[in-house]
Amino acid sequence: MLDFLKPPVLTIQEFFQLTGRVILNLPRRPHYFKDIVLQMDIIGVGSLPIVLLTGFFSGVVMALQMSRALQTYGAVSQTGPIVAITLVREMGPVLTAIAAAGRNAAGIASELGSMKVTEQIDAMRALGTDPIQKLVKPRLIATCVMLPCLTAIADFVGMLGGFMIATLLLHLTSAEYWNGAYRALAYDDVVQGLLKPFVYAIVISLVGCFYGLRTRGGTQGVGLATTQAVVVSIVWIFVLNAFITKIFVSI
Amino acid sequence: MGESVLRFEHVTVAFDGDPAIEDVSFSIDAGESRVILGAAASGKTVILKTALGLLRPDEGRVLLFGKDITVLAEQDLYDLRARAGMLFQESALFDSLTIEENVAYPLENQKLVDVPNEQVRPRVAEALRFVELEHTLDKLPSELSGGMRRRVGIARANVTAPQLVLYDSPTAGLDPITANNIMALIVKERDLRHATTIIVTQRFQDGQIMAKYRYNASGKTLERAGSNGSGAVQGLKFLVMKEGRLVFEGSEEELQQSRDAYISKFVLRH
Ligand SMILES: Nc1ncnc2c1ncn2[C@@H]1O[C@H](COP(=O)(O)OP(=O)(O)OP(=O)(O)O)[C@@H](O)[C@H]1O
Ligand SMILES: [Mg+2]
Repeated sequence: MLDFLKPPVLTIQEFFQLTGRVILNLPRRPHYFKDIVLQMDIIGVGSLPIVLLTGFFSGVVMALQMSRALQTYGAVSQTGPIVAITLVREMGPVLTAIAAAGRNAAGIASELGSMKVTEQIDAMRALGTDPIQKLVKPRLIATCVMLPCLTAIADFVGMLGGFMIATLLLHLTSAEYWNGAYRALAYDDVVQGLLKPFVYAIVISLVGCFYGLRTRGGTQGVGLATTQAVVVSIVWIFVLNAFITKIFVSI
Repeated sequence: MGESVLRFEHVTVAFDGDPAIEDVSFSIDAGESRVILGAAASGKTVILKTALGLLRPDEGRVLLFGKDITVLAEQDLYDLRARAGMLFQESALFDSLTIEENVAYPLENQKLVDVPNEQVRPRVAEALRFVELEHTLDKLPSELSGGMRRRVGIARANVTAPQLVLYDSPTAGLDPITANNIMALIVKERDLRHATTIIVTQRFQDGQIMAKYRYNASGKTLERAGSNGSGAVQGLKFLVMKEGRLVFEGSEEELQQSRDAYISKFVLRH
């Protein structure tokens, strides 16, 4: 009767099996440091352009939108705090994570998927390397380190974008903007702003690896795995974002 | 018992409830060879992958070097896999690594294989010289022909000098000359290192080469077994797979005398 529930439940079960195996393997040697560094380069440095662009322009847009609303209350000087808070709490983490999902979850899933369908994953196991250790762990660690950094960078360039609008169009002084922004940020905003990308990094890398490693069938299977990885990780980012925000709003 | 390098006991492997191999039993002792014949999709590849624990049996036991691998966790299998080499059907070279890195991979990663760093390059060069590809060190797999990739795969499977070597369809899709060269390499590996060898193939000739020829180390050529004082090939058996079941196990003569319509299709009659 509930047969239609079977596939999604099985998928979730398999996903948590993979997660469990990764957690068990985290402290276990060997740690492929070279692969971790390589992935940090691909995931972190490689994502910089897109993160800089999305961060900057969301800061610009936010300052523009907010200034209109604030004008009606004669509170244009509050642009700095508002841009800072929305960026650090919500926009920075979520936008960076979505950019990373589009880029890295897709990249991971297609790379591992191609390896799967050409038997390279099997060959790896036959030749003495556990794909969990050699492929999944470096991607997880690299994403967990890089995504919070990327988010911090996005927050900063976003504030720069807001600053440009504030000084050029709204005629605020530089001190007004930056002091306001700096004072608005509380300790738990920063914690929230860095915890979120850390959680999304786990989602992006594990979902990418999961769909990559279970790829079936040829090139089409790789395409499907890639699409699924992006869609599923983005959905989970939004769902988890709501949860984490709720927790921080409550405390 | 205990002698067997590899033993299958009533092994069934199924995908989504659909058995790919069913109730397969055989065993192979050290230094012996097996030639597995069978139509497409008869389960030959599944047998080789199950032998190394890459696939898990749904029923039955697989003993690799005397250890029941069906009860071992993945991370405990690596000790055993280090003692075996495998050529995959489509070679399965790592396409983002160079030929040199591909062949060095098992030397650097196999557990128990302890090769000092400065010896990796010479060992790789030697393995590639063995398959006559020493000039391709810095190339990527995509820059090689199918037959060359197969030979790199053979070098990679043998570079650690494993006791057991599995070859999945080493000659499939190759011209007769290249195919015979590859079979000569396999015989050479077998006879120089006394490696236990299992080969999956659709060509009966490959089995005949395995059964009738030996590598002569002094002359550096293959010669018919039994001539020139070289011993006949011992412990070689043919296995025939049909739709997931093992339908024949025996010597070349027994294979040729078989009256079974399916089995005799694999035999060349002169
Ligand atoms: N990963 C897999 N998932 C699902 N089914 C599989 C998988 N691997 C093999 N099978 C099925 O198992 C059966 C045996 O496949 P196998 O690859 O062993 O055939 P084979 O004898 O090696 O054929 P060929 O000579 O064409 O290589 C086939 O029906 C195949 O569809
Ligand atoms: Mg096959």
